Formats: sequence, structure tokens, C-alpha cells
Amino acid sequence: MNRSSGWVHEAFAVFAKDWLLELRTRVALGAVVLFAVTSVMASGFALAPPSGVPAEVKAALLWVVVFFAAVAGLSRVFVVEEETRTADSLRLAVSPTGVFVGKLLFNTVLMWGLCLVTVPLYLLLLEVPVRSASLFVTVVVLGSTALACATTAVGAIVAKATTRGALFGVLSFPVALPPLLVAIHGTRAAWLSGGAWRVATGDLQVLVGFILVIVPASLLVFEHIWSE
Amino acid sequence: MNTTGKILTGIWIAGVTVAAFLWLPPAQGFRSPEAARIVVFHVPCAVLTFVAFLVNAVYSWLYLRSRHPLTDAKANAAAELGMLFAVLATVTGSLFAMEQWGSAWNWDPRETSIVMLMLVYAAYFVLRGAVEEKSKRARLSAAYALLAFPAMVFLIWILPRIVESLHPTNTLFSRSGLDPSYRITLWSFFAGLLAVFVWMFRLRLRVELAEARLRQQYHRDAVAEVTLAGETR
Repeated sequence: MNRSSGWVHEAFAVFAKDWLLELRTRVALGAVVLFAVTSVMASGFALAPPSGVPAEVKAALLWVVVFFAAVAGLSRVFVVEEETRTADSLRLAVSPTGVFVGKLLFNTVLMWGLCLVTVPLYLLLLEVPVRSASLFVTVVVLGSTALACATTAVGAIVAKATTRGALFGVLSFPVALPPLLVAIHGTRAAWLSGGAWRVATGDLQVLVGFILVIVPASLLVFEHIWSE
Repeated sequence: MNTTGKILTGIWIAGVTVAAFLWLPPAQGFRSPEAARIVVFHVPCAVLTFVAFLVNAVYSWLYLRSRHPLTDAKANAAAELGMLFAVLATVTGSLFAMEQWGSAWNWDPRETSIVMLMLVYAAYFVLRGAVEEKSKRARLSAAYALLAFPAMVFLIWILPRIVESLHPTNTLFSRSGLDPSYRITLWSFFAGLLAVFVWMFRLRLRVELAEARLRQQYHRDAVAEVTLAGETR
């Protein structure tokens, strides 16, 4: 196997290994999905019609729920390696790029799973009228991907810290804020505007641009975080 | 900074401050033309906040390449000064906003971005507090600073598209934007403040070095005590 395709192979191996372990225990999945469902239920009780809460507020609330659910589970993928003391053997077996891309894929799929459960439930309970379903799905897919990209390297930092506590949420928020704001903006457009695609083109470009910037930046610093 | 430099900086800043109140004409077109003088103190603080953020990112990058403890101390000092100037910029800005628009906080893009910068600094300090081992703390905080930097650039770029601004755009460098007397006073104050920044930066590094020396001394004493106890037994 030559070196350039080596890390792709490694990344998929790490991805497959992490999902295998995750499906055995379902810790991250359980934390993320239960957190999301609980907070959607709570919002549903409080804000369902006829409460008269405008759709703008509901768009912001949806992404707040998704972000905090992500905070509950996305650092797990690195923390588990430190807790089970498998980080060293992983360091020996796989290149840093392979590890990072594998973990990033894991977190991205986890975010998609989270949105797959949360978003339909949210739309159902809070009775949001969606004007452009195709745009809404695009914003959710890109937004959740961008959140995973923003927080994966932060998760690696948190896993190395002595006192983890609430560190992941505190460190993630500033990095995840740009995609979060843009996703809220795009969601609002998809729910309310007539020519929604035209209104939200800029938002989609920013989300793609953010992913294209933050992933290489994470890759550059990840080597320094990961290797002792 | 030597004594002459300190005295010159002091005289310079005092002179510019006096000029800002006595020589500078009141700014017409504001609700309170006299209060608008605050802009010559407010803008330099805000610019320095972003300078400090940039310095922090550069030293973080250099640290990851060299792994020299002093480079980490420089990155940390820049972040601490950045936090200080962010607070100063926010307070002076809020005072003026209260006078001009009747409310201290308006979620204007620049207000929001400076608060986000403060959040990044706060997260940076929390992270430094959460790691005990020195080299690991330096490595992780440098990595975090370099992750937060592109995110902040994105934020500062996208915010004006999402929320409306009260701040004027493109006034600092364009000819038509600002009255010449204001431009001169503002940039003179910036020069003075930059000198203070450099001075405080160096002081912070001296504190860091003194702490390191004390720690070394303490360890040497402890080792000497243990050996002495072993010999007398």
C-alpha cells in the first residue's frame, strides 16, 4: 500500500472500529439522542401552538438543542481512547491524519443520526410550517456536518486535559458559533421565505467555506494535540 | 522598556489626552458632540484587541514549531492583554452607545464579535487552568488558539451579513471618513497605547521568568534539604 492512500484506508479502519465499539455500548449515541429528545419534548410542551411563538425563535431553538446534544456526545470518541488507555496503541498503529479523519467521519455520522431523530420530532411537536423542504434538508445536512468539523479537534484537546468537566462545551462554543449562526439564518429562510434558495445561497456558501477552512486547520494542529 | 521610554510614553499619552479634550473640536452630527470625543480612546482599544489576538495566534504557531516555553509565555501574555483591551473597548463603546442611542448594548456586529473574542480568551484561560503539566498545557492551548483563529475570522466576516450595524464602515483608512483632526488624535493615541502594550507585554514576561526562577530555587533548596537530612543520619 503506498503512503498517499494509506491514511484513507486507516481512516476507514478507525471509523469502522469506533462504530463497532459504539454499537456495543451505545454510550455516545444514547447520550446524544436522549439529550436531544428530552429537550425537544420540553420545548414542545412549552412552545407548541397555540403559544404563538414565532418561527424565528423556533429556528434558533432547534439549533441550540442540536448544539448542546452534540456537546453531550461528540468528545466521547477521543475521551474513550484515554479512559480505556488505548490511545498509545492507536498512536503506534495509525497515522495522526488517519485517526483524525476516522474520528471526524464518526462524529459526522453521529450528528446526522442525531438530526435524523431530532429534526422530524421537532417539526412534528412544534408544528413548524416548512416552505422549502429541499433547502431545509440541505441546511440541516451542511450545518450538522460543519458542527462536527468544528468540534472534533476540540474534543481531542479536551480528552488530553486533566480536568474535563464542562470543558468541551466551553471550548466548542466559540469555534462552533459561525456555522451555528449561519444555520439558524438558513433555517429561518427555509421556513419562512418565498424564494428561499435565493435568500439562503450565501448561508450555504459560508457553511461549505467554513468546512473547507476548519478541517485543514484542525488537521494541521491535530498532530500536535495527538502525539505526546 | 528603559526609563526614558516610559517617561516619553507617559508624556505622550497625557499630551494626547489633553489634546482630545481641549484641541479637538466637538464632533458635529452626534446627539452629544462633546461625548463623541470618546471615539479617539475607544477605537485604539478595539484595534489593539485584534492586534493582541493576532499576536497570540502567531506565537501559538511559533510555539508548536519550536516548543520553547518562553514562546508559550508570550502567547499567554498576548491573550491576557487582549482580554484587558477587549474589556476597555467594550466599556468605552457601551458608554458612548448609552449617550448616543440610549442603550448600552445593541447586538451590533462589532459589539458581538468583541464579546465572542472575549469568550475565546476566557475559554483559552479555562483550558490553561485545566491542564497541569506545563508542556502539555502550552501545546493544547496553542492548538486551541489556532483553531479559534479561523473561526473568529469567519465570524467577523459573516456577522455584518446577518445583523445590522450601528458602526460606520471603512472610516479608519479612507480619506473622506474622518475629520483630519480626529484621525491624527486617534492614531496618536493608538501609538501611545501600543507602547503601553509592549511595555506590559515585557513586564508579564519578566514576571513569568521570575516565577520560573523562584520555582527552580525552591526545588534546589528542597533537594539540598533532603541530601542534608540523609548525611546527618
